[in-house]
Amino acid sequence: MTFDPSYKEQGLKSVGTRPLRPDGVDKVTGRARYGADFNMPGQLVGRVLRSPHAHARIVRIDTSQAEALKGVKAVVTAADLPDQSNGDAATFAVLDNCMARKKAMYDGHAVAAVAAIDASVAKAALKLIVVEYEVLPHVVDVDVAMAADAPVLDETVFTTGVEPAPKTPSNVANRSEFGHGDVEAGFAKADMIVERNYKTEQTHQGYIEPHACVANCNSDGTADLWVCTQGPFVYRQVCADLLGLDVSKLRVTSSEIGGGFGGKTHVWAEPVALALSRKAGRPVKLVMTREEVFRASGPTSATSIDVKIGAKKDGTITAAEATLRYTSGPYAGMWAELGAMTSFACYDLENVKTVGWEVVVNRPKVAAYRAPSAPMAAFAIESAVDELAHKIGMDAVDFRIKNAASDGSKSSYGPVYGPIGIGPTLEAAKSHPHMSAPLGENQGRGMACGFWFNFGGQTCVDLNIGADGTVTIAVGTVDVGGSRASLSLITAEELGIPYENVKAIVADTSSLGYNDMTDGSRGTFSSSMAAISAARNAIQVMRERAATMWDISVDDIIWEDGHAKAVGATHDNLAPLSVADIAAEAGNTGGPIAGHSELVADGAGVSFGTHICDVEVDPETGSTRVVRYTVIQDAGKAVHPDYVEGQYQGGAVQGIGWALNEEYVYGADGRLQNPGFLDYRIPVCSDLPMIDTQILEIPNPNHPYGVRGVGETSIVPPLAAVANAVSNAVDVRMFHIPVSPPRILAALNAQAKG
Amino acid sequence: MVEVTLWAGLRPLADHQERVMVEASTIRELLRKLQDRYPGLKVPFKNDVAVAINGTIYRDDWSQQISSDDEVFLLRRLAGG
Repeated sequence: MTFDPSYKEQGLKSVGTRPLRPDGVDKVTGRARYGADFNMPGQLVGRVLRSPHAHARIVRIDTSQAEALKGVKAVVTAADLPDQSNGDAATFAVLDNCMARKKAMYDGHAVAAVAAIDASVAKAALKLIVVEYEVLPHVVDVDVAMAADAPVLDETVFTTGVEPAPKTPSNVANRSEFGHGDVEAGFAKADMIVERNYKTEQTHQGYIEPHACVANCNSDGTADLWVCTQGPFVYRQVCADLLGLDVSKLRVTSSEIGGGFGGKTHVWAEPVALALSRKAGRPVKLVMTREEVFRASGPTSATSIDVKIGAKKDGTITAAEATLRYTSGPYAGMWAELGAMTSFACYDLENVKTVGWEVVVNRPKVAAYRAPSAPMAAFAIESAVDELAHKIGMDAVDFRIKNAASDGSKSSYGPVYGPIGIGPTLEAAKSHPHMSAPLGENQGRGMACGFWFNFGGQTCVDLNIGADGTVTIAVGTVDVGGSRASLSLITAEELGIPYENVKAIVADTSSLGYNDMTDGSRGTFSSSMAAISAARNAIQVMRERAATMWDISVDDIIWEDGHAKAVGATHDNLAPLSVADIAAEAGNTGGPIAGHSELVADGAGVSFGTHICDVEVDPETGSTRVVRYTVIQDAGKAVHPDYVEGQYQGGAVQGIGWALNEEYVYGADGRLQNPGFLDYRIPVCSDLPMIDTQILEIPNPNHPYGVRGVGETSIVPPLAAVANAVSNAVDVRMFHIPVSPPRILAALNAQAKG
Repeated sequence: MVEVTLWAGLRPLADHQERVMVEASTIRELLRKLQDRYPGLKVPFKNDVAVAINGTIYRDDWSQQISSDDEVFLLRRLAGG
């Protein structure tokens, strides 16, 4: 049946309510099974040996002593993961990141792994592996890495996107550019210009559950992987590619997930676990420690960003320009390009130009982190916008409203916008009680906007109706934020049955068609579209079964309020048939009743948010406390408002941590100094006030219920909102994230010295 | 004819043009004709492209219809978290 995804306004009974989440009891009682909770008979323990050097050539690896140790069943190195990338640079980068080949590119880079009968033997075996390194000069700072005299990480990297093409290698992998108009002409018209450099430090997604998996390769070429992931189908494809397995013979089952935020869209230890299992002939469990998670997974880019914005006295921005330099770890990425695309997306600009530079450094391979690259760009742009508003004597919200993009604006990354929500979020902020609440001593208020694209993707859902009329939906998008509840609500709405009659499960890769990952804020957007389509297909089947039961034409049957109803003068005395009535007769009317859908969910629609933040800064210590915080964001339609609010609050909290405390600290030797939650401090509940939320609902025209993705945008504004609040509290402009106590004290001391 | 704007990274592969005219009624036809004309586009079109039609970004649905007055942009396929 052809599926029409366009939005249609309708009365809703289930969508928009707040029932208990189906996975809640298991999670609070400890019954839910996460990555490390799965075990198999005969399972071995996997452990990984990692480079202690930031940059070193691997001269020799001798595993013979480790292999001879009693209880060791397999030792693998890069030789056990041969290059099958066929020249694809991105695939090779994933392979090399999982297990270093010729060089260790960062502190923590895997160089070998063992599988042993228990953890103590595995640990002892790692100590018996001899690795001879030739230590090389390293570089971790983005600006230093771009300098002409910086040590070059990879002699095959020649900057792309510049002309003429360079003849010598460098650490600059790519240049990208976006914009329109004439920025120089625009700056010439400006009455006031702000031009600054901003820096942000590298942060980790900070998911509470470390990467964990159990891999089992069988002698017949089949394999199983139980794993904590945001995308079992993508993990299946990537692992099959790296190990030369048939995709259909590798079955990947996702566990419950204790946070991912983009970090579990990439493989890390999983191919290594499979390689160990293949070599040992037994299942291998591999769980990364927190230190390993910090040193060798995630993180986001560190950045250095130049911003120049000019405006007239009436508040009209005449030109805006940004140059964004992002680290990508030792392999080329597209992180600066994403930053360049999102930089000025909130604004309607006549003249705008952004340039992104991708820079390789001796840090872990950068991974996606919730609206990847946008928070750092927003920090720089929204800081400059705030300063410019102050300088021309205009209220910061009014200044943004005057320049906000709207329907018909040409976006800074190219296309013209359709209906968008930046204006409504700013108007909501302006009228929000938070904006006019009084501030206390040493307190300051900041606000900022943010943008993210959102996307959809390949999606598949199976819907099965049981003999009692209850319904199971099997989805392929991992539930990272309550999507089993939202998908059950939408299925209940579409079928016209109670929410309690629907059970949503996340299927493994052998039980359902391919699904893209839960990323890009697509989980509920995409899978709900497929669930609606599957439900409509099931309704068609149930109408046909009712026609059989009544022995009338299916054309005389409508579906209404969860029942098949006969219409027309000759049938109107027939009592409606419920889902349970029809299901009870299924065996005699054609067999099981199911609805299936496979589709591409596109047209997710861009997303905007505005945040307001109050902080109190201790002028003696530089310690900052967030005292009030408000998130305003467009959800299109909040299917389960609790979990929409949860996404808003979670993104804000992660952004606050990034803004105030979180950063990778490297020593002079290029080694990470703080790979643990004691020294890398993420916010905990006692650090924060309740995060207030305001959900706006501007329907997405490309979804039947108007749903937009909500998972990522909420992390975009906080860096700037917090920094603006701190700057206003201490009356010194802050340019470097995190605005940690030492940086605030240094700024205050510098101000005192004049 | 549809006017298509290429992102900067594609332009060196398309005779350094920012905008090209293509006779196409769907995204699939548009991409096919573009890579027929500029074979260098075949590699980025395989995994790295998204198409914005009047501001709505399509990453996978190549059956989307395009008309001559639509604004069409080729963008890098995005990553998400």
